[in-house]
Amino acid sequence: MWPWHLLLLSAVMGAWYGLTRWDVLPPFFFGEPLVVAQRIAQWFASGKIFPHLGVTLLETLLAFAIGTVLGLAIGLWLALSPFASRLLNPYITAVNSMPRVILAPIFAVWFGLGIGSKVMLGVTLVFFIVFFSVYNGVREVSPVVLNNARMLGASRRQLLRHVYLPSATAWVFSSLHASVGMAFVGAVVGEYLGSSRGVGYLILQAEGVFDIDTVLAGIVVLTACALVLDRVVSIAERRLLRWRPGSSAEHY
Amino acid sequence: MEPAGAATAALEFTRVSCRFPDRTRRGQYYPAVHEASLRVGDGEFVALVGPTGCGKSTLLNVAAGLLVPTAGEIRAFGTPLTGINRDAGYLFQPDSLFPWRNALENVAAGLEFRGARRGHARQRAQEWLGRVGLEGHFAKYPHELSGGMRKRVALAQLWILQPRVLLMDEPFSALDVQTRQLMENELLSLWAENRASVLFVTHDLEEAIALADRVVVLAAGPESRPIAEFVVDLPRPRDVAEIGLQPRFIDLHRQVWQTLKSEVIAAHARARI
Repeated sequence: MWPWHLLLLSAVMGAWYGLTRWDVLPPFFFGEPLVVAQRIAQWFASGKIFPHLGVTLLETLLAFAIGTVLGLAIGLWLALSPFASRLLNPYITAVNSMPRVILAPIFAVWFGLGIGSKVMLGVTLVFFIVFFSVYNGVREVSPVVLNNARMLGASRRQLLRHVYLPSATAWVFSSLHASVGMAFVGAVVGEYLGSSRGVGYLILQAEGVFDIDTVLAGIVVLTACALVLDRVVSIAERRLLRWRPGSSAEHY
Repeated sequence: MEPAGAATAALEFTRVSCRFPDRTRRGQYYPAVHEASLRVGDGEFVALVGPTGCGKSTLLNVAAGLLVPTAGEIRAFGTPLTGINRDAGYLFQPDSLFPWRNALENVAAGLEFRGARRGHARQRAQEWLGRVGLEGHFAKYPHELSGGMRKRVALAQLWILQPRVLLMDEPFSALDVQTRQLMENELLSLWAENRASVLFVTHDLEEAIALADRVVVLAAGPESRPIAEFVVDLPRPRDVAEIGLQPRFIDLHRQVWQTLKSEVIAAHARARI
């Protein structure tokens, strides 16, 4: 399939190049692919991008990890304790439907302009995706498998460790692909609203002087990183969920 | 053969009733089982037959300690049951293996839950998988095994704990006839070794007579309870594939069916309303 992917990419790039080259679209507003590529090459050649990219990736990974662990833990907890779940249910719905990006300035005040506020923003985005998939997933644990584990002598803690957790892993992974993107959104939007480092900061600077090419270059770099991270999630998924029908079919 | 009234019973139901909230009418209850009394002697193989929806599985769940009866008492080896029945192993009708554990890990699970060292548990699990004829399939996950193989794993998973009581809920009903007879013979030969007490639920009368020492017929639900029982005096060891040809088998089959038939008809009539 990948030759077709390349073909589609080249077609879009070619169209962009042609349209801006012959002034159908003004390059000032739409950028030029070659200049964008040049900008990226310069960033990496001079090493200028690395501290910024490093910060953004650190924020993303932290938000991703913390959000996932919190989502998993709280998802399991609420799914297994009906009282807490009934108590907190309306609040969780409320917080989830709130446009959380608006919290970024508040986080900046609370956690400063360093990476703390960006990580927090990312966590609030990642958390709910993972939380809801775990919470709903726990209710779908097969009652037969659960009863079987109980009959085999599993204690409450062993049920959690050997039944709920492995089932939950499957649901976590299904949500991780969505949350990778969200972790990036949190980091970049956070940087965009106030920071002194990071790719979001570079993009903001470039927008300040209407340098569309640099803005696009930043977006391309971020997208590439998100794709790599998504790939890592897929590989981890394939290794950890080997037991799932379909996932290991290629071995047989 | 074990006399039914010997010493302490492995399981003793005394006027057990179970009712469930009715899903369609709020505040109403469906009385699945009503004042059921039943006794499974130590080392006895009892088959429970009845029309569908007569509360067979309900009684098994009560015996397992998974379900607390609304009224009545259940004793296991003389002591009233509170919580899970630790002496019992349960073979479920649907797939009950852990999908995220391979065959070996599935069989070892019970020993690990009960505190055995992992290495020891895995070694015992290998022996047991060997005994149910699954050498070379240790590392396969349940979805990579056939239905019959999954049942074998489930049997090994259960048997490795050497339970004194076996609860079986139509365990072979999803298998094809040949696999099923193989599994039934397998079950009988394993059982011949340790003589656990068995409560075997089935809607298949032939299976019940071929396997059991005693066949108990349940009335059609609601308010189901045992209404008749038949001692199966066929000699052991038995071969499930051939036992059906014996005149005594046919005779017993006719006797039990006389009773069962009216209950099946009653259950159908009720289902139509």
